[in-house]
Amino acid sequence: MKYFEDIRVGDVVMTGSHTFNAEEIKSFARRFDPQLFHMDEAAAAQSHFGALCASGWHTASAWMRVMIDQQRELQDATIARGEKIPMRGPALGLRDLKWLKPVYVGDTITYKSEVTELRVSNSRPGFGLLTILTTGVNQDGAAVISFYSTTFNERRSVP
Amino acid sequence: MTERLHFEDFKAGDVAIYGPRHVTREEIIAFAAEFDPQPMHLDEAAGTASLLGGLGGSGWHSCSLLMRMICDGFILNSTSMGSPGVEEVRWLRPLRPGVNLRVRSKVLEVRTSKSRPDMGLVRLTFEMIDDSDDVLTTMTTTLMLGRRAPGAAA
Repeated sequence: MKYFEDIRVGDVVMTGSHTFNAEEIKSFARRFDPQLFHMDEAAAAQSHFGALCASGWHTASAWMRVMIDQQRELQDATIARGEKIPMRGPALGLRDLKWLKPVYVGDTITYKSEVTELRVSNSRPGFGLLTILTTGVNQDGAAVISFYSTTFNERRSVP
Repeated sequence: MTERLHFEDFKAGDVAIYGPRHVTREEIIAFAAEFDPQPMHLDEAAGTASLLGGLGGSGWHSCSLLMRMICDGFILNSTSMGSPGVEEVRWLRPLRPGVNLRVRSKVLEVRTSKSRPDMGLVRLTFEMIDDSDDVLTTMTTTLMLGRRAPGAAA
């Protein structure tokens, strides 16, 4: 967990991995994206995807979970050192979200993020705006998702 | 059953509205617990202490709800082939417990695919609005749809 001042453009974080099983793919799809190629193996086999695959929003949401799990470990370490935790979030938005390849049952997606832009918030002087490029790569090394997101990140000091 | 919507059924300038969809506190917390367990999405006091100014749902929950509303609105009754991605999402206001969501949609552009003659691309913008017509989330995206007449000039 870092204050805005301690973050640099080009910093890279390896966030972690998630393996998608059929039950969770269908569970997400039933609630949020009930297109047949995300819900039913036989229908998916007949579709242009060729097999059951995860909703793109599931692939993105799974990154968030992996990222928050990692952040919580860092927060625990920060608290253990007796230091204050910088406030991060919420995000303002996303751009250039690309679903590059389907995520199939059993695929393991490894996510990483790189800092691409840092600027001070005009509306909230205690915060900076952190933009990161997140990519997810499958077990064969093929990119399946990428997007830019911009999030409030607390500053250590306000001039 | 009526015939499914094909690429040819979408025209630039088409508008529609979908919903309403009621959102409970329980489902906001359940989504956050599964995908985005930050205290501001799980707990009123933590939400109040955050920039959300109260319990507010994950931005991914807003996107997922918008997806479900457009699925129910038209995608499930279409020749959808998925989406290559999303140009932009803006989370303008928090997703609050008890809100009744609606989605305003507008077709921006339609074009055929050179590489896939059986497919066309429809670019749309969506606004997810609350009971007061305030815009919570906007999304601009492209959907891939099967064509009624593959390979014909659009």
